[in-house]
Amino acid sequence: MKIDIQDHMLVPKHEIMTEEEISDEFSDVDYDFKDLPKIKSNDPVVKAIGAEPGNVLRITRESQTAGVFVTYRIVED
Amino acid sequence: MDDIEAKVIETITQLNDEENLDIDFPESYIEDLSKAYVKNDLTDDELTQLIRKLKMAYDRAHVEAGEAVGTVAAQSVGEPGTQMTMRTFHYAGVTELNVTLGLPRLIEIVDARKEIATPTMDIYFDEERRDDEEFVRTLANQIGKSTVNDIISDFNLNYGTMEVEAVLDSKKIEEKRLDREEINAAIEKAFKKADIKGDRIIVPSSKSDKSDSKFEIRELRLLADKVRDLQISGIKGIGKVIIRRDEEWIIHTEGSNLKEILDMDGIDHVRTTTNNIHEIGEVLGIEAARQSIINEAQNTLSEQGLSVDVRHIMLVADIMTSEGTVKSIGRHGISGEKSSVLARAAFEETGKHLLHASIRGEVDDLTGIIENIIIGQPIPLGTGSVGVKMDYKNE
Repeated sequence: MKIDIQDHMLVPKHEIMTEEEISDEFSDVDYDFKDLPKIKSNDPVVKAIGAEPGNVLRITRESQTAGVFVTYRIVED
Repeated sequence: MDDIEAKVIETITQLNDEENLDIDFPESYIEDLSKAYVKNDLTDDELTQLIRKLKMAYDRAHVEAGEAVGTVAAQSVGEPGTQMTMRTFHYAGVTELNVTLGLPRLIEIVDARKEIATPTMDIYFDEERRDDEEFVRTLANQIGKSTVNDIISDFNLNYGTMEVEAVLDSKKIEEKRLDREEINAAIEKAFKKADIKGDRIIVPSSKSDKSDSKFEIRELRLLADKVRDLQISGIKGIGKVIIRRDEEWIIHTEGSNLKEILDMDGIDHVRTTTNNIHEIGEVLGIEAARQSIINEAQNTLSEQGLSVDVRHIMLVADIMTSEGTVKSIGRHGISGEKSSVLARAAFEETGKHLLHASIRGEVDDLTGIIENIIIGQPIPLGTGSVGVKMDYKNE
């Protein structure tokens, strides 16, 4: 049986961002979005959601301190 | 609770609009505000006041730009670390099961060891099977390692015929819920010449000519060990299993194989975990590994009665996973991959780094802390992180 690892309690929600969302989110920051933390293209979650190198993922974590925390990772080879 | 939270959010937006306060609280603050609102039966005025006070406290607690958060985290984890026990082994809740705890475990986590000393899994079951003892025991025996030695009632070496004789114990097999056919198949596969008659198994020594008898006795004894240690059930990487019941049935294992266990039927795919961070990284991804580093480090510290703010541990976990793979803190990981030669040389293996840098003609931009301390310049930290530049376009 094949299980969905995204259901696991350790795995937060990963979403692929559209070009529009990327330019919206990173237009007024003083870093380039290409310098975001990385996630490998062979990461099991990346494979599960079908993201490709260059995509930016929005990751919504459940945080012990902030309740919900949104962060980003860029898919890399 | 939801309409109260909505009311709190509404009050905040109102404050933002009217007084330009720029309040942006995290979700947990909204929840806490709502709880306080209900518990203390606040009036609307009091709520506004509370939000204002909270905003002030929140701004004070914010980390300033240029603050040395890494150094503070290192100190905050390092100081309690000095109080940890050096004792490696301790029985963590479960009897019979060895789990590395204390300082050795903490070192293992930040070193991101591939092979940890005591991998262990906590296996939970899905809702239907949570209270099904028969199913849990059957599965435990499928997962756990059993050898021929665990299911025999009698075992003999026959030096006359040069054969190993084993008598299987039906009761033990029943107890372990193993399948007779599978046992026979496993034995036949491992020992082609084995003769199975009901409970009795006879394995003849491989040498048929009996000229060199001295040598053959040794062979027979080796064969006996092989027969005894033949694995007849279990998943690769997993040894002993312990079945325990708290509110529900849980299996603890010695050794770990997350991928195969998660693929099994009847397992809770949400809560079943291992303490091997690299394995989590491979099976569940880098974000799960990050969460696991935080969980493991915090558990290790709190088990020793030490409390370290999670934010420090989160920072460590963030840095360890920022490149997409789990990297260690130290020579082979973060510190060893700094771009500055001087920073690397100041950490460990000074000669090696300076030599290699000179061979390759490396350039140091002097952007970090350590480099600037070495050459005696102000460091880019706190007030040193800003500079003055002349606006040459403006006369």
